[in-house]
Amino acid sequence: MNLDPAKPGTERTVPSVWLPFEAWVALRFLREGYIQTGFILGGVAIGVAVVVFMSAMLSALQANFVRRVLTGQPHIQLLPAREVVRPLHETADNPKWGAIVQAPLQRLKSIDQWQSIATQIRSMPSVLVVSPAVTGSALVVRGDASRAITVIGMEPDLYFEIVPLPEKMVSGSAQVAVNDILIGTELASDLGLGPGEKLRVTAANGNSDTLTIKGVFDLGNKGANTRTSFMALRSAQSLLGLPGGVSTLDVTLADVYAAEDIAKRIASLLNVKADSWIKTNEQFFTAIRAQTTANTTIRFFVGLSVAFGIASVLVVVVVQKSREIGILRAMGTTRLQILSVFLMQGGLMGLGGSMMGALMGYAALKVWERTQTNPDGSLMFVLNIEPRLFLMALLLATITGVFASVAPALRAARLDPVVAIRG
Amino acid sequence: MVKDVLQAQSKVVQLQAVIKAFNVGQPNELEVLHGIDLSLSQGEFSAIMGPSGSGKSTLLNIVGLLDRPTSGSLMICGEETTCMDDQTLTRLRGSTIGFVFQYHHLLGAFTALENVMMPMFASQGFFNQDLAGRAMELLESVGLKAFAGQLAGSLSGGQQQRVALARALAMRPKLLLADEPTGNLDTKSADAVFELLRTVSRTQQTAVLFVTHNAELAARCDNIIQVVDGCILHATSP
Repeated sequence: MNLDPAKPGTERTVPSVWLPFEAWVALRFLREGYIQTGFILGGVAIGVAVVVFMSAMLSALQANFVRRVLTGQPHIQLLPAREVVRPLHETADNPKWGAIVQAPLQRLKSIDQWQSIATQIRSMPSVLVVSPAVTGSALVVRGDASRAITVIGMEPDLYFEIVPLPEKMVSGSAQVAVNDILIGTELASDLGLGPGEKLRVTAANGNSDTLTIKGVFDLGNKGANTRTSFMALRSAQSLLGLPGGVSTLDVTLADVYAAEDIAKRIASLLNVKADSWIKTNEQFFTAIRAQTTANTTIRFFVGLSVAFGIASVLVVVVVQKSREIGILRAMGTTRLQILSVFLMQGGLMGLGGSMMGALMGYAALKVWERTQTNPDGSLMFVLNIEPRLFLMALLLATITGVFASVAPALRAARLDPVVAIRG
Repeated sequence: MVKDVLQAQSKVVQLQAVIKAFNVGQPNELEVLHGIDLSLSQGEFSAIMGPSGSGKSTLLNIVGLLDRPTSGSLMICGEETTCMDDQTLTRLRGSTIGFVFQYHHLLGAFTALENVMMPMFASQGFFNQDLAGRAMELLESVGLKAFAGQLAGSLSGGQQQRVALARALAMRPKLLLADEPTGNLDTKSADAVFELLRTVSRTQQTAVLFVTHNAELAARCDNIIQVVDGCILHATSP
């Protein structure tokens, strides 16, 4: 017999629940306190959006800095072992005779067995390019004007994979053959030269050669554009008096941050000096590390504030729901189930908030990308928005939510049902 | 001897010399139950009466495994419970005992059907349609099938108490504890709830312990247990 006819329009659907009990109750509790839930979701979302936006920006900035620094230099540079002088030790047969030990002059010399060393380094898994080069000083003279320059002799096909010189040409071509030279814009301006014209180059050892200017480049640095010039390896070997030899082996790697470890490995395996870009740009790398530390610290404190936000809301929820918790306990819900309900609430707030935050962060990045451009309309730098960043944000926020809810959840699970029901 | 064993098996609740004290060992120690002996058989419908503060609710909480006695023995369906851990007590409570409180204590965020379904869902962990079917049957038995989809908070007091009764019956309990379930209802609704409890006791052989201040309703029970100052003065058959 139906004692009470239903009021039309007030019915809700019969449940078709696919969630486990704990998740079902957790979701309902969150939905019931939708204002609190909304506020904390907003808080988590803002925190996650800040982390996502800042991480993507700093990551792009660092990548941009590193790319700019490494555009003009190899990741590892191999040099001949330095010449050293060892004082003679005094023995009975050989009395000590030298009181002063003078440091030897580091003359230009070739890396011993450089072809063999280059082959061994190329076989290393993380190595991308090994480019032989000869570097030395020379003087260019035109009429009354003269300039001191650094000559870099290289094999264009290999060297251009390290330094993308063709991209930096302002006139002429970067493909140098024997008797060709590439000069910077400042030198070209100082000497009034351009592609196709001849230039006499004299090395410190007295060797000189007349070379044809194949192209003029702009490295984005006035000093470099004055002093640096490139020529074919064979031309430089002949000019600098190092026939068949190379003074450096330039190496690029798949992972630029592994440079120091690999450099140490190379130096220990082969009798060469190996300098990584990390070592030669120590100040820059320290700045990068400081930036990373600052970023991590900010992320930590944002995470902490998110955790406190979730915990404080859940503490309030436990107080508000203590009677319901008592009833659930009275009807056979275990302490573990109650604990799970509140842990899930924390996790769901973390997950939900971070999903919103990830979307907000993505939108902010896109807006930034569109609005912050160079005067010529080009991108200030490329934002590499990786899905991994968003997945990590979701995962970390969810874990933070679960951890933040441990204390309130334990409090809920420990509630005495009699006291809780009595209120 | 066989008769004794059979009698013991038919006992749903057996309390022997149960004492309950609060703040034990402290200067403000308070003993509220003083050596209670009580037993309840299958299908027995007993009323507990007594003045406020006499220990009725404490007794009910102990029988309902929500609270532990300070000393004495408490057997539920032949199992000694005083040494059980919390997990075992919770499971025994969930499977054996149903509660109806003075204030219905339904969960406001859930519909009537979901409230009734809740103990079964908590026990199984996962939902299946049988739970909803059983919950609907129970709502039908208390005359509220048409309100299954309504939020518990939107029902009247009498309806809420009937939903609470349906929820208490969800796990087919052997013992139903009702703590003044009619206390806040009008005469008609109180009578309807009482009759439902009576019907459950008769048809399902469920032992019912019914706390009330209403002498008229108590007179319609199998026994009346008078609790005064933490002691059972006498149990009478009306």
